[in-house]
Amino acid sequence: MQIIFTFLKAVWKTPTGRFSLIVLGIFVALAIFGPLIAPHDPMVRNYGPDRKLLRLAGPSWDHWLGTTLMGRDIASQMLHGARPALIVGGLTALGTVAIGLNIGLIAGYFGGRIDSILMRITDVFLGLPFLPFIIVVLSLSGRSLTTIVIAMTLVMWRSTARVIRAQVLSLREMPFVAAARITGASDLAILYREVAPNVLPLALVNTAFALAWAIITEASIGFLGFGDPQSITWGSILYDAYASQTMYRAPWWVVPPGIAIMVLVSAVYFAGRAYEEVLNPRLKGI
Amino acid sequence: MTRYILRRLFYMAVTLFAMITLMFFLFRMLPGDPTATVISPALDEAAREAMRRRFGLDQPLFTQYLAYLRNLAVLDFGMSFRTSAPVWDMIELRLVNTLLLILPSMIAAYVIGAFGGALIAWHRGGKAEGSVVLFATAVQSAPLFWLSMLAILLFSITLGWFPTGHIVTPGKFPDPTWRMYLTWDFLHHLALPFLVNTCYQLCFPLLLMRSTMLSTIGEDYVELARMKGLTERQVLYGHAMRNSLLPLATTLPMILGWAVAGSVVIESVFSWPGLGLLMIEAITRSDYPVVQGAFLLIAVLTILGTFVADLLYGLLDPRIVYR
Repeated sequence: MQIIFTFLKAVWKTPTGRFSLIVLGIFVALAIFGPLIAPHDPMVRNYGPDRKLLRLAGPSWDHWLGTTLMGRDIASQMLHGARPALIVGGLTALGTVAIGLNIGLIAGYFGGRIDSILMRITDVFLGLPFLPFIIVVLSLSGRSLTTIVIAMTLVMWRSTARVIRAQVLSLREMPFVAAARITGASDLAILYREVAPNVLPLALVNTAFALAWAIITEASIGFLGFGDPQSITWGSILYDAYASQTMYRAPWWVVPPGIAIMVLVSAVYFAGRAYEEVLNPRLKGI
Repeated sequence: MTRYILRRLFYMAVTLFAMITLMFFLFRMLPGDPTATVISPALDEAAREAMRRRFGLDQPLFTQYLAYLRNLAVLDFGMSFRTSAPVWDMIELRLVNTLLLILPSMIAAYVIGAFGGALIAWHRGGKAEGSVVLFATAVQSAPLFWLSMLAILLFSITLGWFPTGHIVTPGKFPDPTWRMYLTWDFLHHLALPFLVNTCYQLCFPLLLMRSTMLSTIGEDYVELARMKGLTERQVLYGHAMRNSLLPLATTLPMILGWAVAGSVVIESVFSWPGLGLLMIEAITRSDYPVVQGAFLLIAVLTILGTFVADLLYGLLDPRIVYR
């Protein structure tokens, strides 16, 4: 918990970091309250005053972002989409780093045969085609937000594990590890009390990048038509727009979901990079 | 060095074998009878049985696995459940289409990214740097399929400059041969997906190059080059940029494997008949031999790519010692 506060504090210090945290805060608020402030039911077909279905109606006071081919309110769908994006992205990022961190720590610290086996496993996962593999897993396990999180975590931990392992390899030779060993600390105690705190900053940067990538991937899965059929996501809005083959008559249907993803993911990237700059001031552009 | 290469080759073989095994059993775990889509329920029991025998599906799982390995050893990827065509023949053509789109676009992305990143790092602190970084991050943060949709909306629908999809005008080449790729029609269809993919992919090398350059610029040898009286140009391209190319060059081969796998979304939007689209079609139709073959091919590309990346690292950075 404390590490998250230090992270936020460090990011807050830089102007870009502060800005991206504010943007992230807005998205978190939308994820919590979005469905409550949505003006319409996102799945309801809306009719105009002349009792006709509002097909592809442009933005208006009643429908801020217009309506879909089925007459559904796009603004309300957008407001419902923030929650799955953040929950799926957040859980995947957490799972990715939890697995990647542990595998990286164990492989890097123990070395030898353990390292060799763990790295071969990582190699196998590195060879898997990213999106196609996720889609195969989804057709194996059914499509729901939970299975999407599991499927994404299953292929995303691989890069984190490699990055963490490389860092642990150099940390292992540091004097403080030898000092801990002399005091009679066990391997596990050294690993999780001495080494792990030193790779946590790197793991945090990785969490940010994993979050960014998970949000984009979740949208791509939805767009390809393999998303959770029960929930409205930004990816599924775009899938509907594309599948309807009428999206080219209704830019208001296509543009907003992409903008939302772009702004959210950019904010995550900038927060991660701001933290990286605090860790390594040389990266600063000035 | 030779020992290192031999050991790596051994590891690669082990990784590939593990991968093949994992794939084989994963696809056999998929729900439903893999033959259900091929074998029509209307067929009588004898015909079904004959069909199953044809695909070797009447054998126990382990026997099937051994047969699969035996076939792979002679580069036989099996045959498609759906069309009964050899998997390799189906993949080969699609791979060519994907590579024709991805390779030129990745090369363009890396060249533009490397120079662009070096330049903005060199002129750091200015207004231009801030806006380029912001713009590149924004593009990188947008989903590729959405950028493709916007591009179609703008350049194909509104301006009418490019076709909205497909590799050539449908129906124009009833019997596609390699001559198809030498026509203006093909280039016209290639242009838009190529541009979108290049713009998207160049953000990563650009930002990576910038951050590497920022740490290189502070190095003593850059200062020394400047003190020798070299022009700014010579210092930039001959010293600072040259030494910053290392991390970039090592990402290229791996990224290539990922780009081929990631071509799924761009090919879906542009109806580009490549490997990515083939995989999606095969997954939805439960045509597992095809998916398995495509996965295997991508795995080989990625594993070979990683190996080349590691060798490149040593070639470019003499400080690295292979053990």
